Amino acid sequence: MKRLLPVVAMLLAMETHAQGQSALEHVPPEPPKSHVHAMPYEEMAEMMGMDDRKPFGKFMADRLEWQESSDDSRFVWDVSAWYGGDFNKLWIESEGERADGVTGDSRTEIGWDRIISPWWSLRLGARHDGGEGPSREWASIGFAGLAPGMFELEASLYVGENGRTALRIAGDKDYLLTQRLVLQPEMELAAYGRDDPERLIGAGFSDLKLGLRLRYEIRREFAPYVGVRWISHFGDSGDLREAAGGDADEFVWLAGIRGWF
Amino acid sequence: MKVFTRRGFVQGIGAGLLLPGSSPGLRAAQSNQLARELVGPRFDLTIGSLPVNFTGTTRQAIVVNGQLPAPTLRMRQGEEVTIHVTNRLREQTSIHWHGLIVPADMDGVPGLSFDGIAPGTTFTYRFKVNQSGTYWYHSHSRFQEQLGLYGSIVVERRGGERHASDREHVLLLTDWTDHDPEHIYATLKRQSDYYNFNKRTVGDFFADVRSRGWSAARAERSMWNAMRMDPTDLADVGGYAYTYLLNGMPPAANWTATFSPGERVRLRIINGSSMSFFDLRIPGLKLTVVAADGQDIEPVTVDELRIGTAEVYDVIVQPGDAAYTIFAQSMDRSGFARGTLAPRTGMSAEVPILDAPVLLTMGDMGMNHEGMDHSKMSHAPLNHAPAESGPIVDMRASMVSPKLDDPGIGLRDNGRRVLTYSDLSTLGGPIDMRDAAREIELHLTGHMERYIWSFNGEKFSDATPLRFSHGERLRITLVNDTMMTHPIHLHGMWSELVDPAGGFLVRKHTVVVQPAQRLSYLVTADALGSWAYHCHLLYHMEAGMFREVVVA
Repeated sequence: MKRLLPVVAMLLAMETHAQGQSALEHVPPEPPKSHVHAMPYEEMAEMMGMDDRKPFGKFMADRLEWQESSDDSRFVWDVSAWYGGDFNKLWIESEGERADGVTGDSRTEIGWDRIISPWWSLRLGARHDGGEGPSREWASIGFAGLAPGMFELEASLYVGENGRTALRIAGDKDYLLTQRLVLQPEMELAAYGRDDPERLIGAGFSDLKLGLRLRYEIRREFAPYVGVRWISHFGDSGDLREAAGGDADEFVWLAGIRGWF
Repeated sequence: MKVFTRRGFVQGIGAGLLLPGSSPGLRAAQSNQLARELVGPRFDLTIGSLPVNFTGTTRQAIVVNGQLPAPTLRMRQGEEVTIHVTNRLREQTSIHWHGLIVPADMDGVPGLSFDGIAPGTTFTYRFKVNQSGTYWYHSHSRFQEQLGLYGSIVVERRGGERHASDREHVLLLTDWTDHDPEHIYATLKRQSDYYNFNKRTVGDFFADVRSRGWSAARAERSMWNAMRMDPTDLADVGGYAYTYLLNGMPPAANWTATFSPGERVRLRIINGSSMSFFDLRIPGLKLTVVAADGQDIEPVTVDELRIGTAEVYDVIVQPGDAAYTIFAQSMDRSGFARGTLAPRTGMSAEVPILDAPVLLTMGDMGMNHEGMDHSKMSHAPLNHAPAESGPIVDMRASMVSPKLDDPGIGLRDNGRRVLTYSDLSTLGGPIDMRDAAREIELHLTGHMERYIWSFNGEKFSDATPLRFSHGERLRITLVNDTMMTHPIHLHGMWSELVDPAGGFLVRKHTVVVQPAQRLSYLVTADALGSWAYHCHLLYHMEAGMFREVVVA
C-alpha cells in the first residue's frame, strides 16, 4: 500500500494539474537525513529552550502596615512566598505585630502546597507562634484557593503539643473601583481547642478580624494603601486580654504598602 | 523608576529605531542596510543582538543581519535553497521556516529536528522549495521570537502569480516589548491577569445595572464569579507591555508603502507576533483576499480580517490617488500597529480610534445560556479526556459549535464585512482526495489563573507523542475548552480545514480555534520524522501547550 502511495499521489497530481489546480504544488518532504538522538525530557527541555516544569517563585508582602488605635499604635506585617512548579510548591508565610520594639504576636508557617483541584491546593506544614508568652509549635493541614465568587481563601487546622488544636480561616476579595484603585475587604477568624492563658487565648472562637483596605496600584507590584480594621476577641480570649490591660475589641486605622515580586 | 506614559509607550517613537550594532559582524551587516530583501537560492543569515529603541528606552533585540525584522527571503518555486545561519549570540538559536514543507531535519525545532545552532557555529539548511506564496521564519528557541527574530519569506510562483498585481509589499505585524520575556512569563505565572487593564470595575457593574436591571447584571456577574473567570480576558499580554510594530516600525513612525494610483497592490500580511491577534483594515479600501497561509484561494472581498498569531493572508487592494491608513488593532483593543499606503512618502491619513473592547459571553465559554442559537450547537456529547478533570484545567466547554462563519469576539456585527474561515476556499482542492481513515480529537485546555496550558489536560512534559502512520490521511478535531482563542500550528504537514459536512475549505499551516469552537481538519501524514505541534501563542507553548508528532 505504502509503495503505491507515491504513484497514487502522482496520478492525483497529474489529474489536478490537468484541471489547472494547485495540488501539484504539494510535494511531500524528503525523509530526514539525520535524527535527533533519543533523550530524556530534561535534556530535551534544555535543548528546546522550552520547559513547562520550570519552577517559579513569588514573594508577596501583602501587608506592611502601621496601625493606629485610640490608645495604641503598632507595625503589622503579613508576608508570604512560594517556590515550585505547577503542581508542588514550597510555601512560607509570616504575620505578626511589633509595638515599642517588642513583637506582640507572630505566626510563621512553612509547608508543602500541592494542587488537588482546579481551584484548591492542599497544604501540609508546620507553624510556629512567637511573640509574647511561650512559643507554640503546630503541625498543620489546610486548604488554600480561590472560592466561587473570587474569594481568596485559606482554611487550616492545627495540632500542637499537649493536645492543643486550632483553626484559622482567612479570606479576602478584590473589588476594582478603577483599573488601579482596588478595595479589598478581608476577614480572619481563629479558634482554639483549649485554653492557653499564657498567650491570652481561651477555648472556642478566639478572635475575628474584619478589614477594609483601599490600595492604589502604582504598578501591579507596588501599591500603597489606607484602611481600617476591627479586631474582636471573644469570650475568655477577650477577658484574658482585658485582664492583661488590653482591649477585647479594637478599631484601628491603618496605612501601608503592598508589594510583590 | 521611569514615569510610564501610556501614549508614548503604545505609539512608540517616530525615528531612530535601530542603533549601531554592538558587534563588528553586525556593524558590517548594517552597512548593507538596503538588503531588506535577500534573493535566493543562497542565503547568509547571521543572528546577533542589536540595541533598538522603539519607545524611548533602549533594549537589546535579537536580529538577523543587524535588522529587525529580519530580511525578507525571496525564493523561487522549484529551486533548492541553501541557507547558512551563523549564531553570534551567547546562547543557542534556531530558525524555523513557518509554513514551508521541508524535511524534518531542516525544520529548525531544537530537540526535534536538530540540536539547535550553538553559539559561534553555522548551520546550513538545504531544502527544495516546492510551494509558492507568503511565509515567514522565526526562532524556535525560548523567547528569541519575542525579542525580534522574525522575517518574511516570499516564494515566487513558477509561471507567475495566479492573482496578478502591479506591486507588492510585505506587512509583518509583531509585538515588541521593552520587558524581558522571561520576566513576562514569570509574571504571568505569578499573577496571570497582570497585563489586563480592561477588567470589569464596580462602576461597570452599576452601569450594567442601570442598562439591564439589577437581577440580570447580578446574575451575569455571579456566573463569571462562580466560574472564577474574567470576561475581559482577551489577551494574556497587551498594550501595557507591547508596542505593536508594522515591519519593525511603531505606530508613530508610520511605516509607509507607496504605489501609483490605479495599481493593483498585493499586500502579504503576516502575523509574526508572539502573543497578539490583529484585526486589520484599511479604511477606504476593500481587501480582496487571494491567499491564506501562502496558498491561493478563491478571491473574497472583505472590509476587515482577523489575523491570528502566525497566520498569513495575501490581499489585493486598488487604491486611488490618496493616502490610506493600514490599521491593525490588537484583539484586546489595547493598542494597534499602523502604517500608510500612499502615492508618495510623507503622506498620512486619519488613524481610526480603537474599537471598544467587547466582553466574552457565556456562549464564547461554551456554556449553555439563553438566546443562543441551539440549531448550530453540537448536540453530540463532548468527550473530555480524563486528564481534563485534573487540577490544571479550569473549564470544559459543554456546548461547542463549528463557528466557521463567526469572525470572532469583537468583530461580530461591527458594521464591516469581516473575513471568516467559511469564506476561504483553497484553489485546486485538497492535496489528498482520500477521506480520513481515523480521527484524533484534541481538546485545547488550560488554567488561566495558574497559567498552565495543555492539550487534553496534559502538558508537553507529561504527554506522549502523537503518532501518525506514514501515508495515512487522518482527521484532527480540535475542541477549544478554554476562553482564549488559540492559533494551532502543525509543523511539516498541511492542515486542510473542512466544514461540518466534511467539505474541503482551506489549506492552512496555522488554524485559529475560537473559544467553544469545534473544528476539524484533514492531514496527510506524508512527512517522515518528528514534528512540533503547538499553540503559536509563545507563552502558551512554553507553558505546555505543545505536542510532538511522530510520523513513522
